[in-house]
Amino acid sequence: MRTSNVVSRRRFLASLAAAAAASTSQLAWAADPLKIGLILPLTGPFASTGRQIQAACRLYIARNGDTVAGRKVELIVKDDTGTSPETTKRIAQELIVQEKVDILAGFGLTPLALATAPVATEAKVPMIVMAAATSIIPTRSPFIVRSGFALPQATAPIAEWALKNNIKRVVTMVADYGPGLDAEKAFVKRFTEGGGTILESIRTPLQNPDFAPFLQRAKDAKPDALFIFVPSGQGTAVMKQFADRGLAAAGIKLIGTGDVVDDDILDAIGAPALGVVTSFHYSAAHPSPENKAYVDAFMKANNGMRPNFMSVGGYDGMHLIYEAVKKTGGSSDGEKLVAAMKGMSWVSPRGPMSIDPATRDVIQTVYIRKVEVQDGHYWSVEFDKIDNVKDPGA
Amino acid sequence: MLSNLIGVLFDGVAYGSLLFIISIGLSVTMGLMNFVNLAHGAFAMVGGYACVVVMTRLGVPFLASLPIAFVAAAVAGIVLERTLYRRLYRATHLDQVLFSIGLVFMSIAATTYFFGPQQQPVQLPEFLRGQVHVLGLDLGAYRLFLIAVVIVITLALTWLIERTRFGAEIRASVDNQQASAGLGINVYRVFSLTFALGSGLAGLGGGLGIDVLGLDPTFPLKYMVYFLLVVAVGGAGTIKGPLFAALILGIFDVAGKYYVPQVGAFVIYVAMVVMLLLFPHGLAGRRS
Repeated sequence: MRTSNVVSRRRFLASLAAAAAASTSQLAWAADPLKIGLILPLTGPFASTGRQIQAACRLYIARNGDTVAGRKVELIVKDDTGTSPETTKRIAQELIVQEKVDILAGFGLTPLALATAPVATEAKVPMIVMAAATSIIPTRSPFIVRSGFALPQATAPIAEWALKNNIKRVVTMVADYGPGLDAEKAFVKRFTEGGGTILESIRTPLQNPDFAPFLQRAKDAKPDALFIFVPSGQGTAVMKQFADRGLAAAGIKLIGTGDVVDDDILDAIGAPALGVVTSFHYSAAHPSPENKAYVDAFMKANNGMRPNFMSVGGYDGMHLIYEAVKKTGGSSDGEKLVAAMKGMSWVSPRGPMSIDPATRDVIQTVYIRKVEVQDGHYWSVEFDKIDNVKDPGA
Repeated sequence: MLSNLIGVLFDGVAYGSLLFIISIGLSVTMGLMNFVNLAHGAFAMVGGYACVVVMTRLGVPFLASLPIAFVAAAVAGIVLERTLYRRLYRATHLDQVLFSIGLVFMSIAATTYFFGPQQQPVQLPEFLRGQVHVLGLDLGAYRLFLIAVVIVITLALTWLIERTRFGAEIRASVDNQQASAGLGINVYRVFSLTFALGSGLAGLGGGLGIDVLGLDPTFPLKYMVYFLLVVAVGGAGTIKGPLFAALILGIFDVAGKYYVPQVGAFVIYVAMVVMLLLFPHGLAGRRS
């Protein structure tokens, strides 16, 4: 598995170089290309987000052709390393001023999207937010359209599921940063409104070496379930220690949003994830012909890397752009494009989804899933769903 | 309530043990060789990745991968010492800091390139998983194992430095390089081996720590503060000092997070400030 990873990285870089070379040679011939500036964290702690989205965007172009409404699509990918909002903003400005991009897309984290919002407003350039998931993002610019998801949208359904399934007392444990606090707020609100009791709300430091004491505290509170939200890399440690510390044996269920059982790393987490129940908008195991074709093509093009929820944010973002440009008849006027995107609905690999014309945010089906083994691999298998979920945090 | 307290103490000691294994090498290089090596965590990371690679690609069992982690980090240590570190032994501390922090960033970039940014998995053998019931307490099996490893290492190190000829050569070379060289001690070789030993222990700690601390390319940066804390509080250049410091910090960290989770992560810094005020040279520092 490691070997393939290294090889895939090299091949990936090689193909990137080839793609870059190809696009510059075509540039000379194309009359008026549709330029999309894709800003992603491709290095640094959030590089997996960037990798997934970039792969998905390229896959969309490969499957749907690189010309839309008579215009050649040119993807300009920039790495913002994911850690500095100022960098993302500066890259966006450069893309608009120097490269004259028609559309901005990407944005791995909330602060990066917030910093760039004024740039999009000023330049009247549509800004497709593919990954960042805080509720407030689309309110920050009339040119922002979200193709990924909003965190409270994915969180509230698990609270409802818990209430319906005889889970009355819950301890929440979230990483102490914006998205973690959003998740805690959304879960606690919905769960207590439905008559559930929150025994305790634990917040763990973002740079946290060891979850043992927090988990011990949760165990000693004797809840029916533990709700967690941590950055996806830390989920592994939490689930392992959850099992090792005997919380599962004590009858405590582990519930959360789908980030902790990220498809990209689910196989690497392995056995400790078994039986974890999460709510989320995308699972690579989603049983639909659209998704099967998508997962097959994605894994084939990326040496077996499994697409995760970030990837569909990218894929559907590209779909939004393509369909909007078709509707405007090839015009890349920012206001026309955003108007075309409003209210658009389609069937994505994740299932049915649409863009709320009022908020420019995504409306989608949220699924309740459980981690199971199928064909020797670990998957989040959907067993329940709630249709047309709007972001309750907006 | 009492059983909680004992559980917290136990977890704290185990966590401190892990910090000790990784940091003891830093205490050696900083205290004995007077070199500020911020890249120490990078050697721990080398060990961690060595563990993961031999386990997932070659199918080596976990326990057998630990010596490999030690050797891999030690070899990396010796190579870098011979090629790079040696040049900076007489440089100012600022140069050493800049150089070693540069190494940290290079190691992060290189690891990301080869292994990707994600957390690496580790599969512990069945007998180290789960909990052991001792006198009505649930103790983590792996944490018991960590404590046992630290006891063995501490005894072995104390014996090596205080009772063997090599240990005497280290102490002599540190106290007075010129006199030691004059007495026929190959000071450079002693320093190389000492550096390798410190790096190897960090590597071993990196391998042992995957299950508790996790392992990703930002490891050396993420935990740098913890390693420096242990050495600063314990006093560089001894074994006992960092051991006590690591145990105290481990216990405070775990207890803080358990009893007052709202400020849990902050508690060890308070502990550090208090201890440095009480013992400005560390718990058992050598004054240079």
